[in-house]
Amino acid sequence: MSGTGARENVFATRMALTNTKLRLKGAQTGHSLLAKKRDALTTRFRAILKKVDEAKRKMGRVMQLASFSMAEVTYATGDISYLVQEQAKQASFKVKAKQENVSGVVLPAFEVDRVAGSDFNLTGLGRGGQQVLRAKEVYAKAIETLVDLASLQTAFTILDEVIRATNRRVNAIEHVVIPRLDNTIKYIMSELDEMDREEFFRLKKVQGKKKRDTAAREAKEQALVGETPPEFEDFGDGDGPTDLLSSKDEDIIF
Amino acid sequence: MSTSTSYKNRNLLAVIGDEDSITGLLLAGIGHINENQKKNFLVVDAKTQVSTIEAAFQEFTERKDIAILLINQHIAEKIRPTVDRYQQAFPALLEIPSKDHPYDPSKDSVLKRVQKLFGE
Repeated sequence: MSGTGARENVFATRMALTNTKLRLKGAQTGHSLLAKKRDALTTRFRAILKKVDEAKRKMGRVMQLASFSMAEVTYATGDISYLVQEQAKQASFKVKAKQENVSGVVLPAFEVDRVAGSDFNLTGLGRGGQQVLRAKEVYAKAIETLVDLASLQTAFTILDEVIRATNRRVNAIEHVVIPRLDNTIKYIMSELDEMDREEFFRLKKVQGKKKRDTAAREAKEQALVGETPPEFEDFGDGDGPTDLLSSKDEDIIF
Repeated sequence: MSTSTSYKNRNLLAVIGDEDSITGLLLAGIGHINENQKKNFLVVDAKTQVSTIEAAFQEFTERKDIAILLINQHIAEKIRPTVDRYQQAFPALLEIPSKDHPYDPSKDSVLKRVQKLFGE
């Protein structure tokens, strides 16, 4: 159970166990935070998804209208495309990017930035100036729609990417990091238990040996006591005290 | 992200389209010719080579001053693999309908992804 699966390469000590437990806690907190972030982003993403779909369809209609007004211009004035293309020098219709923050993700949004009053020189368009102006307005409106759509779409792309990354992280923590830390904890626990058991066994063994030794000694003593009281008699009655006294005296003198 | 710092100075729109679309969009004032005489639009007609469109597409997507790239859907259809492979956020790629080719949402590369996400 503890040996299966990947685990960290640590020594099985109590300190490593504490550290690993802390890390597991951190991973779990991180996991729940990331999951929350993912949910927030997904909510936003769904909203944008719906808007993108609508805006795309709206764009279809707007562009149709714009093409129609262009057709009117062509009908009224003839082909002006060459003239218009030649006169394009500096863009008067630009976009500005600003940013918006959705749970830590920066989403850019485009804004129309139009320089007014830089009219085309309509020389040579004797007839149909009205239509040209109208077409211009219609196209400007159409481009505004397009710009809106572009910001939605950019947000869509970026959110998509971020959600994928977040998902990857959530899954990595859930399926790799947490099991690994779990395994490590289990491993350390089992090692520590093993060490405990070993220690216990060792103590038991030592105790057993001590018991055996004591028993043996006691048996021996018993045997000695049973067999040789005379030895004690011998030891006690003879020259012992005199010997001791004499030697001690010499030592003290010296 | 490297894009987050660079989108500030992206403020142009670029177009790849047929003559009518281009004329209309230029009329609204998006036309721009920079100091290297590079236009931000490409007129595509029946004689335009696919390789030219591809090259323009690459150029516009690599330019640092373009925020939005508009492309007619029937032209995008000609370089569909390139368009589908394009996943970057900047410049934003928009497929627009043209006069003689009405808009078909099922062909749009972004809408396809939208559909896929809704479908699952």
